[in-house]
Amino acid sequence: MAAAQSKNMTTLQVKRFKPSENPTNTYLTDEKGVWAWMTTVDHKKIGLMYLVAVAFFFALAGFLAIALRTELWTPAKTFIEADTYNQLFTLHGAMMVFFVLVPSIPAALGNFVLPMQLGAKDVAFPRLNLASFYIYVIGAVFTFISLANNGFDTGWTFYTPYSSDTNSLGVIWVTLGVFILGFSSILTGTNFITTIHKLRAPGITWDKLPLNIWALYATSVIQVLATPVLAITILLLSMENILDIGIFDPAKGGDPVLYQHFFWFYSHPAVYIMIVPGFGIISEVITTFSKKHIFGYWAIALSSLAIAFIGFLVWGHHMFTSGQSAVATTVFSFLTFLVGIPTGIKILNWVATLYKGSIEMKTPMLYVFIFLFLFTIGGFTGIMLGALSVDIHLHDTYYVVAHFHYVMMGGTLMALLAGLHYWWPKMTGKMYNETLGKISAVLIFIGFNMTFLPQFVMGAQGMPRRYYNYIDQFQPFHQTSTIGSYILGAAFLIILYYLVRSLFGGEKASANPWNSRGLEWQATSPPDFHNFDHTPVVINGPYDYHKPMEEFQLGLAVEHNGHGHGEHHEVKTDQTEKA
Amino acid sequence: MGRLFDFMLPENKSPLTADSTDGLFHFINEVSLILLIGITFALIYFAFKYKRKSEDDKTPLITHNNTLEITWSVIPLLITLVIFGWGYSGWLNLKAVPDDAYEIQVTGFKWNWAVNYENGAQTLNEIHVPKGRPVKIVLQSRDVLHSFFVPDYRVKHDAVPGRYTYVWFQAEEVGESVVFCTEYCGTSHSDMLAKIIVHEPEDFETWLELNGGGPSGTPVEQGEALVVQQGCQTCHSVDGSAGLAPTFKGLFGKEEQLNDGSSLTVDENYLRESILNPGAKVVNGYENIMPPYEGILSDDEITNIIEYIKTLE
Repeated sequence: MAAAQSKNMTTLQVKRFKPSENPTNTYLTDEKGVWAWMTTVDHKKIGLMYLVAVAFFFALAGFLAIALRTELWTPAKTFIEADTYNQLFTLHGAMMVFFVLVPSIPAALGNFVLPMQLGAKDVAFPRLNLASFYIYVIGAVFTFISLANNGFDTGWTFYTPYSSDTNSLGVIWVTLGVFILGFSSILTGTNFITTIHKLRAPGITWDKLPLNIWALYATSVIQVLATPVLAITILLLSMENILDIGIFDPAKGGDPVLYQHFFWFYSHPAVYIMIVPGFGIISEVITTFSKKHIFGYWAIALSSLAIAFIGFLVWGHHMFTSGQSAVATTVFSFLTFLVGIPTGIKILNWVATLYKGSIEMKTPMLYVFIFLFLFTIGGFTGIMLGALSVDIHLHDTYYVVAHFHYVMMGGTLMALLAGLHYWWPKMTGKMYNETLGKISAVLIFIGFNMTFLPQFVMGAQGMPRRYYNYIDQFQPFHQTSTIGSYILGAAFLIILYYLVRSLFGGEKASANPWNSRGLEWQATSPPDFHNFDHTPVVINGPYDYHKPMEEFQLGLAVEHNGHGHGEHHEVKTDQTEKA
Repeated sequence: MGRLFDFMLPENKSPLTADSTDGLFHFINEVSLILLIGITFALIYFAFKYKRKSEDDKTPLITHNNTLEITWSVIPLLITLVIFGWGYSGWLNLKAVPDDAYEIQVTGFKWNWAVNYENGAQTLNEIHVPKGRPVKIVLQSRDVLHSFFVPDYRVKHDAVPGRYTYVWFQAEEVGESVVFCTEYCGTSHSDMLAKIIVHEPEDFETWLELNGGGPSGTPVEQGEALVVQQGCQTCHSVDGSAGLAPTFKGLFGKEEQLNDGSSLTVDENYLRESILNPGAKVVNGYENIMPPYEGILSDDEITNIIEYIKTLE
């Protein structure tokens, strides 16, 4: 076993720290009581609080989706009025985007895992981390105030001039809510960028960074750069509504197409805020369960950054029929295809990782397979929508609805489920029920395709989105889709059941049930309050499955200040074996 | 014809605008299907072939392969460049209206399409066009964003308030095609449909002549025609049935409670004000959703409409 050497030739004294299988002191036992949780600055607890909040909003918005699908069982009224339907689909979209997808992976799972994967005690700014959670809560409160003020029925896009015309009180509250929420996202991004730069354990050079960290890094950059544009757009929208200044509303001398440019300048990169963290999880899970080194580390790491960069330059592909300039339309279509390439590269690298692996099909891996299948369809249909002439036909139809559900639900949510099951033992110290896990994964796969495949067909046949009423020829597709959504709903209830049950009666999880080489698995389950009771030292890459486990459980043999950065002392290497 | 994904598209009734789109649609679907089958097959094959046999399985160290990375970057890039070029040329064709196109003005407003022809003929939610001749639809909107979508012709464009936009097509068979509004515009967005009715060229000329020349008849008859053309009946019934707005039947002379708590008797001046500036005094229980008709209806036309409403007792 070798001593860890960083490039400035520091020699560190290391020894092996094998994580205890029976930790007496964990972050869950360390601080107890409601007040301790509410005021905690522990990234793990904040991650769990985000997880609960995201799950709550997912349940709520998912329930709305079931209501919407039920209403669409028949063309005219099934059980709710048109205005109610319009409010519900708006609420479903806005909640899923702003309260579920954007914070889900980075703020919930990312918060928990990121410092551990870096071997850090916490994020760089723990109090800021707690603040971003409360800002998220305040944003949510504003949305509920909006519901009490007539609600809003503009679609989650708040397109003007409709949004300045209709029930503007509800619209003002919800847009202010989204404005506030944006700061939560910006602060999390800033925190993560700083943490990744400054708090890496000794030996974690940029080429030993887990791909999950690369993905969160790329995401954070987008969050910090794009979200302020949304904030300003919403502020302008509110100024127009409250102060009657003409910015977007043509009746007041404004330009509605300008609003669309501003809105999508954030909201297209936001698509990558939602999906790129999912890519990170896939890389972690697929290597663990195939016991194999990732294929194309740099291709996957850099393609995340490429997506983050090019993702800023394609917003206009949401506006091919809006009346934007012809030159802009052409350029946006061209760039859209370029952003598809790095995504394709990732998928092929993941598939190649499986080659000659040792594949174990546990629930998280099952979700990775489902992700790869569904997300590939989402990607291909994205290419379809990027093609100018075809998009003219498909724009604002159910084809688009199906496409983004394949990306957001088939992509992000499946990755989230993979990550949730993967890290569940680490987070809770309990194992979930593997059989129920697999059954619900299969049910989700069936329910998902049954819900959204028919939507591709009816969309291409002309069924427009955001329609309360529809012409009879689409009814069989709608009904199949509705039945599919019930299966999906049932599958999520099963997941909720066995996850909650595992907390109380679940089998105890070992420190590293999957035999992962990831640094977060070299802590106890659940981890200590400060993650590790030693300063971890990393000499191998996070996917070096060809090396023995002992080499992944190293820490500083002699404690010294900080995490060893900038230290230039020479220490004789002492090969201390044995924990 | 007879291609794998034909079932996904509606009938192609305007080959000049739809052929390129359909061809590309099929091409992308077929290439995607081949690649999807390839990826899925690899996933399933690997999952079985490399299934874990014991916890002590050793896996080889394969970190990367530059040849492979370049191959699977460049080939998709080339395919997408073909798709871009194909889509671009198809789209240029959708933008390039033939010189001899027959022009029709279409105005979207909540929740109807008003149609105006060259000789003064007007229709609502029915667009009459000749067969075998390019037709240019000039779009505008009176209130919020709408979008004009004809699946059978593969054309779509937003109607933007304060701007003119257009689509064109050439219908090759006599019959009807549906028009959807595809930009969300409120309560009855999903009922904002229209019909394109394709006639033989000589039948179209006849239809045009019969309907041209503007309104005629007594003021009440003209008022009734306006109420139909302007789509008032989308919200205001004329037979007393409930709707999104007060019914016209028995409206004149009626005592109405307003949403600010006051009340008034419906007279000529109130009706005129409510047509020009509908938000000024809204009847209790209804929302302010009607677009203002300032600058759209002339004084004579407003008078005729009021005269017509008076007759609905």
